[in-house]
Amino acid sequence: MSVAVPRDIVERALARAQSAGASAADAILIESDALEARVRGTEIEFVTQARERTLGIRALVASVDGARSASTSTSDLSSQAIDRLAAETAELARATAPDPSAGLPEEPLATELPDLFLFDPADRDVDVKARIEDARAAEAAARSVDPRIANSEGSQVGSTFSRIAYGSSAGFFGEYQAATHSLFSEPVAGNGGGIQRDYWYTVARRLADLEQPDSVGRRAAERALRRLGARRVKTVEAPVIFDALTAPSLLGHLIRCVNGYAVYRETSYLAGRLGEAIAAQRVTVIDDATRPGGLGSRPFDGEGLPTRRTVVVDRGRLASYLLDSYSARKLGLQSTGNATRGAGGPPGAGSSNLWLEPGEQSIDEIVASTERGLLVTELIGMGFNPTTGDYSRGAAGLWIEGGEIVGPVQELTIAGNLAEMLADIDAIGSELLWLGSTAAPPLRISKMMIAGE
Amino acid sequence: MADDGGGEVGVSFFREHYGMDDRSLARALDTALEREVDYADLYFEYTIQDSVALEEGIVKSGSRHLEQGVGVRAQAGERQGYAHSDEVTVESLELAAATARAISESPSRASAVAVRESGAGAHDLYPVELPPTEAPVPRKVELLEAIDVYARARDPRVKQVMASVVTEHQNVLIAGSDGRLRADVRPLVRLNVQVVAEGAGGRRETGYQGMGGRYEFSRLLATASWHELVDDAVRIATLSLDAKPCPAGTMDVVLGPGWPGILLHEAIGHGLEGDFNRKRTSAFTDRIGERVASEGVTVVDDGTLGERRGSLNVDDEGTPTQRTVLIENGILCGYLQDQLNARLMGMAPTGNGRRESYAHLPMPRMTNTFMLAGDDDPEEILRSVQSGIYAVSFGGGQVDITSGKFVFSVNEAYEIVDGRVGAPLKGATLIGNGPDVLTRVSRIGGDLKLDSGVGTCGKDGQSVPVGVGLPTIRLDGITVGGTAG
Repeated sequence: MSVAVPRDIVERALARAQSAGASAADAILIESDALEARVRGTEIEFVTQARERTLGIRALVASVDGARSASTSTSDLSSQAIDRLAAETAELARATAPDPSAGLPEEPLATELPDLFLFDPADRDVDVKARIEDARAAEAAARSVDPRIANSEGSQVGSTFSRIAYGSSAGFFGEYQAATHSLFSEPVAGNGGGIQRDYWYTVARRLADLEQPDSVGRRAAERALRRLGARRVKTVEAPVIFDALTAPSLLGHLIRCVNGYAVYRETSYLAGRLGEAIAAQRVTVIDDATRPGGLGSRPFDGEGLPTRRTVVVDRGRLASYLLDSYSARKLGLQSTGNATRGAGGPPGAGSSNLWLEPGEQSIDEIVASTERGLLVTELIGMGFNPTTGDYSRGAAGLWIEGGEIVGPVQELTIAGNLAEMLADIDAIGSELLWLGSTAAPPLRISKMMIAGE
Repeated sequence: MADDGGGEVGVSFFREHYGMDDRSLARALDTALEREVDYADLYFEYTIQDSVALEEGIVKSGSRHLEQGVGVRAQAGERQGYAHSDEVTVESLELAAATARAISESPSRASAVAVRESGAGAHDLYPVELPPTEAPVPRKVELLEAIDVYARARDPRVKQVMASVVTEHQNVLIAGSDGRLRADVRPLVRLNVQVVAEGAGGRRETGYQGMGGRYEFSRLLATASWHELVDDAVRIATLSLDAKPCPAGTMDVVLGPGWPGILLHEAIGHGLEGDFNRKRTSAFTDRIGERVASEGVTVVDDGTLGERRGSLNVDDEGTPTQRTVLIENGILCGYLQDQLNARLMGMAPTGNGRRESYAHLPMPRMTNTFMLAGDDDPEEILRSVQSGIYAVSFGGGQVDITSGKFVFSVNEAYEIVDGRVGAPLKGATLIGNGPDVLTRVSRIGGDLKLDSGVGTCGKDGQSVPVGVGLPTIRLDGITVGGTAG
């Protein structure tokens, strides 16, 4: 690996793009060091190690009708390759049409970069062998729970260290380091009558913040075991409870609909609904990129703007979209500091750490107050249409009768419309688990169509 | 070696660009073999991908991405060590080989490797004169602008058109410790069109259609084919404006030909991938020789179809692709194998070892998966249904390989009443059980069609291009996840 300084690479790309005719440019350099390993039973399945560096360049070429733009990326970081790519980016931009809204942000750039505790220097020396031992421990714990756990898809660990450097011709340069560590366990339960898998995982910026391996393995095993003997139910309209693993998927759908690009393209059912009631009054949704140690945290956004806390849904009302400077300009609004940026393309808009504010009840209390319905523990399929809000997905989970769980169910679909589902949230759990950059407590939707036999 | 499927060009490409002569390759393999390993291989990749996208009537952006790197793998029993680097130099290759071999703790007694080019058995499924990434950008821009104008002229309710051309040119080189040395040059093009239509009361709906394959960009310029593509997208969007809620419950379903073949991909294909069967975590484990489909149902995976999106001359481990029969006349008869799982199961590789890029380990994956045609008349199949659903166009699908439960989303569907196709229905999800869904096939049309070239399959975080195909079929008693009671 060559030893060039990230700032030098970024600034060289900016300078060359400008000398090739770009009126403005920005560039991002993403370096990562990653290791992954999986243990199945007592055997290691694989160990992979890698170092990667990718440079992304965007060039804007101004004209009277707006700017033309193009983006390129490469993993070849030799000076000649950077020079050639920067020139090609400007040339490619000239082949596109001028866009009056294109350009670097006009909003004030980030000046102070907060330390968001995105990695622990002590973890730098993480040893592959130690991480493999975590996977072994999770695997052993899963298999010790019950003799019916005799197989698995394995337990997998990952540790990635990244360094992100971003600069623009507007005069911004910033860089930060981040790490992600994870442990995922996926046991298979069998009882002669059939087999079922399920999983549990933990993910954090610091190794010390990971859930203990034996706890991960045990929870995964318990989830797989309780699916054994799953049956189907008759088609019925009933309440549906989403658990800590499935509830965040509803926020994932909401994120697609408050994304500035979907809003200005009118491919979101929430376009033009700012300020309106879009969910039950008990629902508040917040996006905050400055959450210390958050998996979606960043000290500046993908355009060099300061990041912040944004209330997206305030007690049921749509309070803000998630915007970068382009989508903000298209909508006549200001960027919310939600520009996302990879090496592979221009900025986009996206969530950072986004969550639904927890309520008061435990999940057991929510179940106990449900006369008859479904607790969803797994969803499959992509049946969500952001333009209409129409929702229909495959589901598996636990059936509730008289406030008690009576057994596992599978091969069902649950259907509705997100607008009605958000309005019909009638119970919110108190436990908020961060298993990614989006988190939601358990939720109950008062009625959905459940299709089965 | 004119029969070498772009192999000759591919091998010389890596020699010229990176100085990877046979001796450097052999030395890296020798390094990997210094421990006791069963097999080691090197995978070099150089890919250019570019895209041009239109919205609001103008081509706002272009992009071009270069990805290069090398992955070194060592296998010992069930274990695999893998190291990859985006620096393609003899030094980084040696370092990666030393890292990968750490999977094995015992010293080796292996002798030195001699790599040699071999074109034997390979195909030449997608020769192109001009790589699609080299087609002039202005031609791509003109096509997208023409699509925008045509789509808006088709129907005044079309409010928004988003279209893109994505082209890719991938060079790969695979060297194995068994001496294999194979290269492949893989073009890939794709045209996507999405329209937003607005109807009464401001109701909006989207319609999507795409096409592509391993051929030159110029093929996309044929007016008749992109007109058909846009017509489809406009039809789906505008029909949806008047669609009524889909019913929920169990009913008879007729699947149209082509892309609905995603049913086979989800319900059957994944469950027959070698890794899940070796580990005994598939709902199909130990079911070879059993009846899993109605008589007359034959399903194949075929990586050797010319110019198809899911086709490959050789897979990503250098094994030539082939046609593998998965279900023959209703009986389960084969798995899809990569090199590791084939060896561990004592079977032959089937040319299905695929990976997203040099940064990923290969796994058993599908290529083009489809059901062979039957004898029934498609019109007659529809007439045979008293009350049910005719599903024509689909979005994505997903399967839980262990329980066998799968879903796929319907984008365009109609009710069938007394054997007649009626009103359009809103999108819905179909759900079923892989090992039993094909036993519900009661009619098979003679109209086998492959999809238009848009499929991408995700597994373990890796995406690869695939194809599917299906004749019109009737399924008795499938669960449909609509909202209407």
